[in-house]
Amino acid sequence: MSNDVLLHVESAHGALKKSALEIATAGRRVADQLGGQLVALVAGSGVDTAPLAAHGVDKVLTVEGAAFDRYTLEAHGAALLAAAEQVAPRAVLLAASVAGKELGAWAAARLDRGLVADAIEVHADGEALVAHKPKYAGKAHATLRVAGPAVVSVRPNAIAPEANAKAGERVALSVTAPEARIRVESVEAPGTKQIELTEADAIVSGGRGMGGPESWNLILDLAEVLGAAHGASRAVCDAGWRPHAEQVGQTGKTVSPKLYIACGISGAIQHLAGMSSSKVIVAVNKDPEAPIFKVSDYGIVGDVHQVLPLLTDAARTFLA
Amino acid sequence: MKIVVCMKRVVDTETRVKIAPDGRSIDLGGVQFITAPYDEMAVEKAIQLRDAAGSGEVVVVTVGPEAATKELRTALAMGADRALHVVDESARDASSTAAALAAAIEGVGADMVLCGKQATDDDDAAVGPMLAARLGLPCVAFVDGLDVDGGTAKARREIDGEVEHLSVTLPAVFTAQKGLAEARYPGLKGIMAAKKKPLENVAPADAPSLVETTSLELPPARGAMVAIEPTAAGMQQLLTALRNDKKVI
Repeated sequence: MSNDVLLHVESAHGALKKSALEIATAGRRVADQLGGQLVALVAGSGVDTAPLAAHGVDKVLTVEGAAFDRYTLEAHGAALLAAAEQVAPRAVLLAASVAGKELGAWAAARLDRGLVADAIEVHADGEALVAHKPKYAGKAHATLRVAGPAVVSVRPNAIAPEANAKAGERVALSVTAPEARIRVESVEAPGTKQIELTEADAIVSGGRGMGGPESWNLILDLAEVLGAAHGASRAVCDAGWRPHAEQVGQTGKTVSPKLYIACGISGAIQHLAGMSSSKVIVAVNKDPEAPIFKVSDYGIVGDVHQVLPLLTDAARTFLA
Repeated sequence: MKIVVCMKRVVDTETRVKIAPDGRSIDLGGVQFITAPYDEMAVEKAIQLRDAAGSGEVVVVTVGPEAATKELRTALAMGADRALHVVDESARDASSTAAALAAAIEGVGADMVLCGKQATDDDDAAVGPMLAARLGLPCVAFVDGLDVDGGTAKARREIDGEVEHLSVTLPAVFTAQKGLAEARYPGLKGIMAAKKKPLENVAPADAPSLVETTSLELPPARGAMVAIEPTAAGMQQLLTALRNDKKVI
């Protein structure tokens, strides 16, 4: 085994995802600690890999072909196994996205490696890999140690990209995709231009205190002005006011944006668990005793129907 | 239609977590246990698919302590047909759990294996794909829609803000995302019937954990809250602080 670190990098339509530079930054640090190289696997045609070279990647393995352009576990799994065989890395890093969690777990089992999923920090300690990750949806933080070869998926937004110019030399890797048992039949673009909750820098979320689905324009307006994604509490999704895909919490999505604005959300334990690792939390609630204020950096005691239009207007001017 | 559903007994999501004296696990004193919510959705979906097919069997399986019999009985009361219990008191990582599950279900001959997307304790979202890798089956994780048409499953999932519709050759592994199914409450009739349904204990396969938990801590405490007046001036103050102090907008 080498002391190298292998990244599985995600891209869409020829462009790297934001997470690519986050895992490159984490991977560079680990590779330096291990005294190895940082190698990135890019599966998909015509991807501009220059940003990887600018963020610490020594070498880029490119796998091209129509089968790899859109992620499927089978095609990207075959590419990752081929890259792992060539590099024999001590650590494989992926983004803890839907694809990265699925592929990381699958590859860990295929390669018989220890898996840390959804890490928020990772470093090498001698030859071992040590990572921190939230458990119980963030109610506790664990330190995990993998003595042998490891696979680590890194939570989006947890690590800030750092520029670090390296060669990033591109080398083509030839991989034959296996016969597909999983076929993508169709892809629906989202109806609204919703930003993926788990990767959003800012989230505006609404709870029961919004009064009903008819008030959701207040959430959407503020989210639009801030360039934020929008979410909802479990009570709201269970009541059918908003789709389940928007639910933030232990039984929905765990998020850690830079800014989380909770509107009319009282702060049930399972909701707090899903968002309390956000960098800055702002809460608007008319109940001054609401538990959400205990985890908030800024609290506004007031009715969302009055406060949100004020905030949206002020933000529109402020950000103009 | 033979469907295996993997489930895990976890602490209730309403639990206020306290760290145990060993500094590596949570204090289980006075804690309530439940079936992990996403696993419960998987059980429900399996029952619905079996009933829609008109025949077949739903086999629930868990790796967990003796006490997890309770959660298996609940799944049987919901409508599962039989249960396999890999009795194991130890804490396992995802690799070890997947290996134990794979050994337990290898001989079942399932058309489909369902898991919750993640157990709400370790939050790894790993066992489903790991199980697929071990069993050599295709896997689609995080599905919120699933139907069967002959030897093919039609799955729907949200990925990167888009919705994917996939067709998957069975047998295959899927993991349940919220929205896949709403778990039913077992009725009295179901509870009575569950007592007579087969529940078989299985010896755990020898599969080491590859990841060691060296410590578990409460998350760092947040600083004191700054109160903002619900006025236009207050909003200005908030936005200024978010930009200048916190640098988040």
